[in-house]
Amino acid sequence: MIKLEKRPQPSRALALATPLIAVFITMIAGGLLFWALGKNPFEAIRTIFWDPLFHEQFASYSRPQLLVKAGPLILIAIGLSLGFRAGIWNIGAEGQYIMGAICGAGVGLAFYPSESFLIFPMMVVAGALGGWAWAMIPALLKVKFGTNEILVSLMLVYVAEQLLASMSLGLLRNPEGHGFPGSRNLKDYAAAHNGELIAGTGMHWGIVAAFIAVIFAYVLLNRHILGFNIRLTGEAPRAARFAGVNPTRLILFCLGTAGALAGLAGLFEVSGPAGQISIDFNVGYGFTAIIVAFLGRLHPVGILLAGLLMALTYIGGELAQLMLSLPSAAIQVFQGMLLFFLLALDLLTNYRIRIAVKGAA
Amino acid sequence: MKLTKLLTSAALAAGLATGAMADTTKVGFVYVGPVGDGGWTYEHDQGRKAVVEAFGDKVETTYVENVPEGADAERVITQMALQGTDLIFTTSFGYMDPTINVAKKFPNVKFEHATGYKQADNVSVYSARFYEGRAVQGHIAGHMTKSNVIGYIASFPIPEVIRGINSAYIHAKKVNPDVQFKIIWAYTWFDPAKEADAAKALIEQGADVILQHTDSTAPQAAAQAAGNVITFGQASDMGEYAPFPRVSSIIDNWAPYYVARTKAVMDGTWESVSTWDGIGAGMVGIGEISDAVPADVKASAEALRDSLADGSYHAFTGPLNKQDGTPWLAEGETAQDYGDDGLAGLGFYVEGIEGDVPQ
Repeated sequence: MIKLEKRPQPSRALALATPLIAVFITMIAGGLLFWALGKNPFEAIRTIFWDPLFHEQFASYSRPQLLVKAGPLILIAIGLSLGFRAGIWNIGAEGQYIMGAICGAGVGLAFYPSESFLIFPMMVVAGALGGWAWAMIPALLKVKFGTNEILVSLMLVYVAEQLLASMSLGLLRNPEGHGFPGSRNLKDYAAAHNGELIAGTGMHWGIVAAFIAVIFAYVLLNRHILGFNIRLTGEAPRAARFAGVNPTRLILFCLGTAGALAGLAGLFEVSGPAGQISIDFNVGYGFTAIIVAFLGRLHPVGILLAGLLMALTYIGGELAQLMLSLPSAAIQVFQGMLLFFLLALDLLTNYRIRIAVKGAA
Repeated sequence: MKLTKLLTSAALAAGLATGAMADTTKVGFVYVGPVGDGGWTYEHDQGRKAVVEAFGDKVETTYVENVPEGADAERVITQMALQGTDLIFTTSFGYMDPTINVAKKFPNVKFEHATGYKQADNVSVYSARFYEGRAVQGHIAGHMTKSNVIGYIASFPIPEVIRGINSAYIHAKKVNPDVQFKIIWAYTWFDPAKEADAAKALIEQGADVILQHTDSTAPQAAAQAAGNVITFGQASDMGEYAPFPRVSSIIDNWAPYYVARTKAVMDGTWESVSTWDGIGAGMVGIGEISDAVPADVKASAEALRDSLADGSYHAFTGPLNKQDGTPWLAEGETAQDYGDDGLAGLGFYVEGIEGDVPQ
């Protein structure tokens, strides 16, 4: 019988190295998968990890795109990580992301075609508020009635998706769109457009916000009593209670922050790279961010790196489809492996496997 | 493959990027679903295969599947253009703005966008007159229904779908004045679970014919389980459900168009065009009408198909009123493609259909 036994003193070096080891094992297992599909594994791995950064033909375009893809992932994951550290599980960032986009774009479109410079800042505020309000629903239900925030926040994703469809077909539909669903394209509306700040770098306000969030979270967790309380609640809930940590305030803060950051990500995406509210606007950033948060060990700097790595596998995966005709399902399996190996290695860092004699335990 | 060989090829691959084979034409496809969806994307990929078959070594085709509409599409299309692709087909409505944006940056690359309405010097648009196929379906449905209730699984309330509903209704009503349409909006192009639910709900409401404007075979399976309900294949033939419940189908046949456009790029004669072809040009195919349909109905359906194909009959021929009773087309008048109340932007039901177009 196989038994897991907790290691008394998990190796700190190993804990830090696991993400790198996981990436390495994923490369090997992924290589085998690509080999089984009849592709050259070295070429496939190189296309995914190397070409987006250094390929002479693509890199000048795909390097900035890396930021564009990683920006919302990092922004959402930072918010989620605060809650995850305190044992508050917000699984509904996708819904908060959608609501931020709807509220932010809604404010911008309400003033169309005004060219006031105030429009974009107002959209940013509306986006953050939209995501915050959507996250307040599971937060308030939890503190008032003790409901499970995992279920409530997840279910609200589907409600938000329905609202998104309704908005694309009704209230926010482009009146000049020949009856097709989808709002006006904000790229054609300068006052509401979140364009590149420096041409050719991919840098837009959302990525600036993501970097600020990383710094903010780092300071909060390491230098502020609130950050200490968050960590304490996650690691030793009883001790936290004795220390006088108010769980209600903590829940409202963690879910609220996560919601606001997800809402911001939605707003920056809809006003920038995506351009418009449409039925298929959300592409799963809110769920992928959960992987990013764990891949980054719930640490702000780790999340920054994990977000970039995740973006790399997306963009590299597309290149692999394009150049090597790999099916998209194989790329998804590859991304799944990454999380699987990370979790498996985590387990082995904290536990050791013992073959126990039957009945002895 | 031996390990040494692998290593050498890895080293080679690092150095070799592109360069060789300058005389091949590169054709790229961007797909919204997986190539194995059995419907929309599957048929586009059949078109791609037809291009490979027609030109062999002279073409090189690539595709990226499951590309979300929006920012991701723009990146994929850009990467395709950067790769030196000569002709790019973007095969979903939501790729419209991304295609136009990328086309501006690559004036020498030719783009073809399916089902949109924004054209540019290097962007053509193309779509199919699926409503012609709907006319044939409506004709068969009107004859076959015993309960006089026809269920319709609609996707999104856009002109394309509304045209289909109207066309099917007009031709069902023509052969069966008592016919009634029940419409469910699924708000998806492909979601087997939702489509199955919609089909079951329609069957419970007494429908014994199910028409679908969604791409999965789930409604076919639901009809098969019910036992006395007929269906039509959508986008591809869905022949695995023939001869019953699937009695016929609308098949998207992009192959002739894709081959012709690739040829035009090879010959240097490519120009930006707006193409909207129907049964006549072969872009819309009517799948084999099965033996579950009586011979006389089959014959009249085929006659209708042929009259649509040779242009002697238009699926929207007056007299027709709008749902609210105001006149749309006078006796003998046929609908215009564009302009007010034109087919391209059709947003209303014809007289007799119950319910409202969702807003």
